[in-house]
Amino acid sequence: MYSIKTDKLTKKYGDLRAVDNISLNVKKDEIFGLLGPNGAGKTTIIKMLATLLKPTSGFAEVCGYNILSDQDAVRKSIGIVFQNPSTDIELTGRENLDFHARIYNMDKDVRQERIDEVLDLVELSDKADIFVKNYSGGMQRRLEIARGLMHYPNVLFLDEPTLGLDAQTRRSVWEYIKRLNKDEKITVVLTTHYMDEADYLCDRIVIIDHGKVIAHDSPANLKNSIGKDIISLQVADGKNFLNTLTAFDFIKGMELHDESLYESLYLSVEDGERMIPRIMDIAHKEGVIVQSVGLRKPTLEDVFLHFTGRTIRDQDTGKKEHFQRMVRERMRGTR
Amino acid sequence: MKLHFNAIYIIWLREMTRFFRAKSRVIGSLAMPLFFLVILGFGFNASIRFSDIPPEIDYIDFLAPGIIGMALLFDSISSGLTVLMDKQFGFLKEIMVAPVDRFSIVIGKTAGGVTTALIQGILILLISLVIGVKITGVVGFLSAIVFMILISVSFVCLGLIFASKMEDMHGFQLITRLFAFPVFLLSGAFFPLDNLPVWLQYLTYMNPLTYGVDGLRHSLIGITQFSVTLDLLVLVCFSTLMIILSTYLFSGIEVD
Repeated sequence: MYSIKTDKLTKKYGDLRAVDNISLNVKKDEIFGLLGPNGAGKTTIIKMLATLLKPTSGFAEVCGYNILSDQDAVRKSIGIVFQNPSTDIELTGRENLDFHARIYNMDKDVRQERIDEVLDLVELSDKADIFVKNYSGGMQRRLEIARGLMHYPNVLFLDEPTLGLDAQTRRSVWEYIKRLNKDEKITVVLTTHYMDEADYLCDRIVIIDHGKVIAHDSPANLKNSIGKDIISLQVADGKNFLNTLTAFDFIKGMELHDESLYESLYLSVEDGERMIPRIMDIAHKEGVIVQSVGLRKPTLEDVFLHFTGRTIRDQDTGKKEHFQRMVRERMRGTR
Repeated sequence: MKLHFNAIYIIWLREMTRFFRAKSRVIGSLAMPLFFLVILGFGFNASIRFSDIPPEIDYIDFLAPGIIGMALLFDSISSGLTVLMDKQFGFLKEIMVAPVDRFSIVIGKTAGGVTTALIQGILILLISLVIGVKITGVVGFLSAIVFMILISVSFVCLGLIFASKMEDMHGFQLITRLFAFPVFLLSGAFFPLDNLPVWLQYLTYMNPLTYGVDGLRHSLIGITQFSVTLDLLVLVCFSTLMIILSTYLFSGIEVD
């Protein structure tokens, strides 16, 4: 059962293919990530799925509704949290939610109840009646998430949900996203250029670069597809131990590096956590003294590097976004 | 096309809330027309007689409907600014992604702009009464309100048209002012139009505000250049056209 299906979705600006033949599917009730560097076309995809932009060609369906022929049905079934702030800072949090509820034509009794419910969900109940311009960045973001949930959407789009937030606030936003995915039974589609965010949150991801899909799977499968875990050992006599270890075929590869006092041994294995005790046992039996052990898992960063030959880079956000942010910052400061 | 009343209401309510929270806006936009009314009104009253104004009518009585028209024009057209602010602050995305017909959005925005303009128009009218402007009576007052609404609808929608095609707030203010000044100067707000050079007269006939000011003048002080029917007809046609055009252009807005 799919919440979203796209087939060869394309958006061209002149000669530039911002989104190039994207075919993907999002399962119902999963957290799905669009991962890629800034300018990869993630936001453009979201905007087309949210009916804000018309695709140049291709097909897309959200909750079974065509994004071109059934715009209103699509709009009703989605909630969206934009990358840039989109609340009215001259209104209070509650007024923003009330605006949303009414423009989505919710009945009065449902409206009041739901406002309190979503405020509670993002822990803004006690801040509901102050002006949004006096909110912190994290509070604004949480309010936007609450607003996106107001009308019981089936799919929630989150465009860079933690961009510009401090580490602690990021964590708490992640927790909200996980919780509402479970509690509200809602399909979440998020874009991010943070590898750790995609890894932590998403059941499945697509990696997008220059408007094209370069990988489409679960983070674990993607990481497994490019290689094994790496165990590093610092031992006194590396060469001997290396010879001993060649006898064990759970070790898929070995490298020895000479480092002043000790030698470092890098072993690539599957299921690294389970293999460490076995290797310790062998070392013990052989009488090899192990100074330290380290385990490194391949990250999505390695996956991206593997598929594109580049590391994901953090570019400046666009001028306009920067301006919007600046203006809002200033408005918050004054008053 | 379907009307979403809940959406229209909340878009209107938001404009109202923001308007009443910005006290400086109310006072600021009242000041200009009142300067004109008081200084020009009493100034010309003392020394100049227009031959086309009946002798029993003071110049300040003649001027007051024109100043109301001017206030409505400037206030209405600048309500397009709220759209640009929403663009700049990102709130327009929230409106555009909602499952609401674009026509309802335009109607809500227009209702908001018209209400604020109307409040200013009525305030100026009341202040005029206080400083001694004489009007025909209650019926005149009510019919003046009809004309105020028609003028506001026309120019609020025109402001939305400008706003849907522009990004920059300062540019918008510059352009609309550039547009509004000749409209206001050529509307007969200051002087009777009968004895103008013919080419100028044609320009005033093409100006929708001319009919608005004429309608207001007929309602408030009982003199008119055209007939009230013509005034109404022109304004109803023009405002309808503006609503249609602004809906069309508003639907084309892509938010990014």
